Amino acid sequence: MVLELQKPRPIWYIMFSTHHTDIGLLYMILSLSALFMGGALALAIRLELFFPGAQIIADSMTFNRMFTVHGTTLIFLFILPFASGIGNYLVPIMIRYKDMAYPKLNAIAFWMIPPAFALVWLGFADFTWNAYAPYSVISAPGPAADMWIFGLKILGVSSILGAINFVVTILKCKHPDLPLSKAPLLAWSFLTSSLIILVAMPTFAAALLMLLTDRLGVSRFFDPAVGGDPIAYQHLFWFTFHPEVYVLVIPAIGFLYEIIPRFSRKPIFSHSSGVFAFVLLAIVSFASWAHHMYATGMSFTEKTVFMIGTLAAVPASAMHVFNFLATMWGGRIKFATPMMWAIGGIALFFSAGAGGVVNSAMPLDFISHDSYWVVGHFHLFVMGTIAFGSFGFLYYIFPYITGRMYSEKWGIAHFVLSFVGAVMVFFTQHVLGLYGMPRRVFDYPPIPEWIAMNQFITIGAMLLGIGAAIFLVNIIYSSAKGKPANMDDPWGLGGKYYYPYEAKNPHHSH
Amino acid sequence: MSGHSHWPEWIYIGVVVALLVWVGAEAWNLERLVEHVPEDAKVIKVTGQQWFWTFEHEDGTKEVGELHVKKGVPYKFEVTSTDVIHSFNIHDYVVLMDAVPGRINIVWFVPFDEGEFPIQCREYCGLIHYNMRGTLYVEDDA
Repeated sequence: MVLELQKPRPIWYIMFSTHHTDIGLLYMILSLSALFMGGALALAIRLELFFPGAQIIADSMTFNRMFTVHGTTLIFLFILPFASGIGNYLVPIMIRYKDMAYPKLNAIAFWMIPPAFALVWLGFADFTWNAYAPYSVISAPGPAADMWIFGLKILGVSSILGAINFVVTILKCKHPDLPLSKAPLLAWSFLTSSLIILVAMPTFAAALLMLLTDRLGVSRFFDPAVGGDPIAYQHLFWFTFHPEVYVLVIPAIGFLYEIIPRFSRKPIFSHSSGVFAFVLLAIVSFASWAHHMYATGMSFTEKTVFMIGTLAAVPASAMHVFNFLATMWGGRIKFATPMMWAIGGIALFFSAGAGGVVNSAMPLDFISHDSYWVVGHFHLFVMGTIAFGSFGFLYYIFPYITGRMYSEKWGIAHFVLSFVGAVMVFFTQHVLGLYGMPRRVFDYPPIPEWIAMNQFITIGAMLLGIGAAIFLVNIIYSSAKGKPANMDDPWGLGGKYYYPYEAKNPHHSH
Repeated sequence: MSGHSHWPEWIYIGVVVALLVWVGAEAWNLERLVEHVPEDAKVIKVTGQQWFWTFEHEDGTKEVGELHVKKGVPYKFEVTSTDVIHSFNIHDYVVLMDAVPGRINIVWFVPFDEGEFPIQCREYCGLIHYNMRGTLYVEDDA
């Protein structure tokens, strides 16, 4: 167990450690830093859009760079590393092994992220997190774009190394008494999401190289003047990043599978249906990438195929929701902070999924595509589902990491502000999209409905910001000064927290 | 699978699948109709470039940033771009098609209301993307 503040060690002991809990801690500190940096950009973007015309941001290029870095940071430097952090803490414990399969590789995968973080932030590119060709080739300014490409390249390699480590740890190092089918669903979520990474990520790695050589002028992959095709980039990009959506959401579903039975004081309704739904999601995640591209001039047949592929992902997601609700049904639920986040996350996951069905229907996509509807839609996933699950799990694992309790009152305040804020921001963004406001705009015409909705959204975003500030103070204060947790059962749920097989960090033995 | 019964889950999955099939079938049928361009549609060539729209009518007249059309006449847009990807959008008529360099994408509509409607770009295209706007003027011939 990592009780850093009770048994302090010099910081470099943690930095140069290869132990899974130390690397897990590093991942989580990095990912939470990225959360606050990316979140600050979001607040600046929302303040800028409070009125039409320029407000706090000097020019459109600065604005464009800000939303690009906002997206890149929160996807690649918050969500993914946060999941890796939790996975590092718990996967070896859950499959009853002393560490990850390759501890040094694990440390390398983590230490590739800070340089990539620096490249993304020091470059501050402007071509959106999609980096669509040919804009990213012929129009995106200067070293910023190249730094982004190198940064993402490094993050991709880090992600592949991490995925190999999780797959090998779970398949080859699990305790012989533990059949794979009985492994906890959180471990299953890391197995399936890691397998998706291994299949999906190399395509984007290739696309990045092609972008780079195109930018250097030594190739013309995406230049139609010599027979290249800019749409090819979009296929390569989304072949990686639609499955990547599931890489982001599957660990969050795993978090919910850990929280919900614990706080409902009931076993999971169906372990096997959870496993089945994870595997099904991993497979169908590869059948829907071009639903991002209906408006690029795809034929009717192509669109039909990808609509069917997209709809096919819904039953598996619906099985998870059913499993959560059936687990809660008839349970003695304790509405502590982690459970509140989990319940909020399920509600927003369901809303996001319903919106996704609307997007996938071809004629309706031509209303919602590239409008604020889409912004609201995917934020319901990344914020409403994934970040909610992550916050819930952070509160859940907090006593395990620090040996202390967070403030329950402020944890609930964080949840309430975030839930109200998320509903205000992301539901309103759907409506704003139906009114026709395009995404990624620095300024908008003074249409009264647009102004009113933008102001409502900005107020919601401020609630999210206040919640995040409360969260920051709560975790910093509580990790140093919080009440010592009852490590057997921090929430008084009955039954033993966490697992009988505890992590044994050799640095803590003396 | 522990001792409890699973039939509620099967019913629930059945309902979800039925809903999806319905949405998919409706979408397929509607899109099939929407994509059928009328034979008598007049062609307008739409060209996006950083950061304005150019329209060329069948008779060769060109307009920049403004598009004048007649009420009740079907129009077929041939959308392309000379630099980066844009997206040609008249939101009030659900006209949305990416302008991709090296490709000509087809989208059509029939204006049924007189008046002025905003034209905008819906795909990020750089510095002035937010203001890559134009106006559609629908006029009554009679």
